[in-house]
Amino acid sequence: MNMAHSSELTSSLLYLDGVSVSFDGFRALNNLSLTIGAGEMRAIIGPNGAGKTTMMDVMTGKTKPDTGDVLYEGRIDLTKLDEAAIAELGIGRKFQKPTVFESQSVEDNIVLSLRGARGPFSSLWGWRNRVPQHDIEKILETVGLADHRKRMAADLSHGQKQWLEIGMLLAQDPKVLLVDEPVAGMTDHETEQTALLLRDIAKDHAVIVVEHDMSFVRALACRVICLHEGSVLAEGHIDAVSKDDRVIEVYLGR
Amino acid sequence: MSRALYLRHDRLGLGFLLVLCALGVLVPVLNLALPVSSAWHVPTYAMSLMGKYVCYALLAVALDLVWGFCGILSLGHGAFFAIGGYAMGMYLMRQIGTRGVYGNPQLPDFMVFLNWKELPLTWFGFSSFGYAMLMVILVPGLLAFVFGWFAFRSRVTGVYLSIITQAMTYAMMLAFFRNDMGFGGNNGLTDFKDILGFNIQSQGTRACLFIASIIALAGCYLLARFMVHSAYGKVLIAIRDAESRSRFLGYRVEHFKLLAFTVSASMAGLAGALYVPQIGIINPSEFAPGNSIEAVIWVAVGGRGTLVGAALGAVLVNFSKTWLTGAMPEVWLFALGALFIVVTLFLPKGLVGTASHYLKQRRDRHNVLPAGHPIGEAR
Repeated sequence: MNMAHSSELTSSLLYLDGVSVSFDGFRALNNLSLTIGAGEMRAIIGPNGAGKTTMMDVMTGKTKPDTGDVLYEGRIDLTKLDEAAIAELGIGRKFQKPTVFESQSVEDNIVLSLRGARGPFSSLWGWRNRVPQHDIEKILETVGLADHRKRMAADLSHGQKQWLEIGMLLAQDPKVLLVDEPVAGMTDHETEQTALLLRDIAKDHAVIVVEHDMSFVRALACRVICLHEGSVLAEGHIDAVSKDDRVIEVYLGR
Repeated sequence: MSRALYLRHDRLGLGFLLVLCALGVLVPVLNLALPVSSAWHVPTYAMSLMGKYVCYALLAVALDLVWGFCGILSLGHGAFFAIGGYAMGMYLMRQIGTRGVYGNPQLPDFMVFLNWKELPLTWFGFSSFGYAMLMVILVPGLLAFVFGWFAFRSRVTGVYLSIITQAMTYAMMLAFFRNDMGFGGNNGLTDFKDILGFNIQSQGTRACLFIASIIALAGCYLLARFMVHSAYGKVLIAIRDAESRSRFLGYRVEHFKLLAFTVSASMAGLAGALYVPQIGIINPSEFAPGNSIEAVIWVAVGGRGTLVGAALGAVLVNFSKTWLTGAMPEVWLFALGALFIVVTLFLPKGLVGTASHYLKQRRDRHNVLPAGHPIGEAR
């Protein structure tokens, strides 16, 4: 596929077809196919090693698939692009382990993330040096960190770092948010807040959430995909998926 | 906030610039205006020695820009310094004219000695001061650009990058040792007479070279400071701390590194160019890997990522070197090694980094913590 393709092959925002990835003979993804439309939310569950993180690596250009198509907006072949180019297209990612810029302040983390020109020269004297305060405030209020803007990111608690990273995603204003285990290490109250926040974000963004916490997935109230050994095992409503015999077997062991 | 980020004042930087101004005025005045008998007289050799320290300080600032802010530990910055020095040396050689031992108006002595008939292409234009100064900036920058292009695009980082920068300066040293390179072989370039028509040995010229070194240091410090205080600098720090995260935000990490590396190499070249006329010689030993490693120690001692600290570290370490190699020559290398170990173990932020950390802590103790955040809440 190439970017010059005139007609869209699919109406979905993100389209994976027959994607396989092997590391030293281990098949991390095995003929994986899934699609997500604009403004949809999906939760991905699955046991360790099911390929959840590898799937996100493929979508964001970190890992190149051995075979298969990864299309964005029905025409852009993501397998040909690097991380920076894919991020510029509008695919943002939050990592499993919260990855914020520790030695910089909370507000600088947001400034670095804001959508806009990202060249070295434009950052030397361009708009990113004069970001209006209320743009930063708006995002920090959404993620509940407005009182912490001047603090070093390293000084935040684990849950606050998770939120800061979601705030950085919002600042990027992507079309698709890939969110890897957002509530790991959070208290119940924080988990609840995060579910509400993600549901709010999903109103005008496509969101893919990878998570182990079942009560959190239930709170997201969206379609659920269960991955197993690199391909889709079951898909549907959380109640249906969690009652699926194969899903139970995979989770509880053979 | 409407004020650009890089316009925020900092007292450390202001103090540094004031000290530079004071030195730039006082030292030449005390050298030129006072009689040798006066207790306040600064001897010319001492002024040139200080000029040498200032050149080292500039090299340290250049190194800090890439190492302290972008995490590129270059063990080859001595190469850029030496290339700048050679470019200046070539201009100074052309200034000798017919006053060489062989009296050849075109060829420097070593070329006559090698029985060469005409000036090699690489020496073209070096009789012009402007052209030579352009090369001082351009050649190290270009080398850094090409080297960085391949290294950063292939995502060579960390210790691997350090090793290939070290290999680069070593390879340059071997190349410059060869007579047929046309840069004077192992003797290098020396016996300089004039710079811009002024006797290079005279007191006045020495004073001007000292002032030029101070101006270059101040100017490059301001440029580096502008870079690291802008959003560009924030991206550099982001790359230093979490390179792949920066990629996922959409930053082309290699472009950011390349710009910093190239600018830094040009600064190092300028430092080398000012160093050579004050020392009176440039030879391939300036490419020795040890020199580049010593520069890293200066920055570590002063404090990575502080710019001012790097300059301070360069002056302190070199002052100690001058003093120790005079007083107890056999001790110096042990002292340098011990210094590096002590700084790494006990002052990982360096002198300036540790001091400003301590001051910040003291200030924070007076400030009220944000509401709802008792100390030690982080889990």
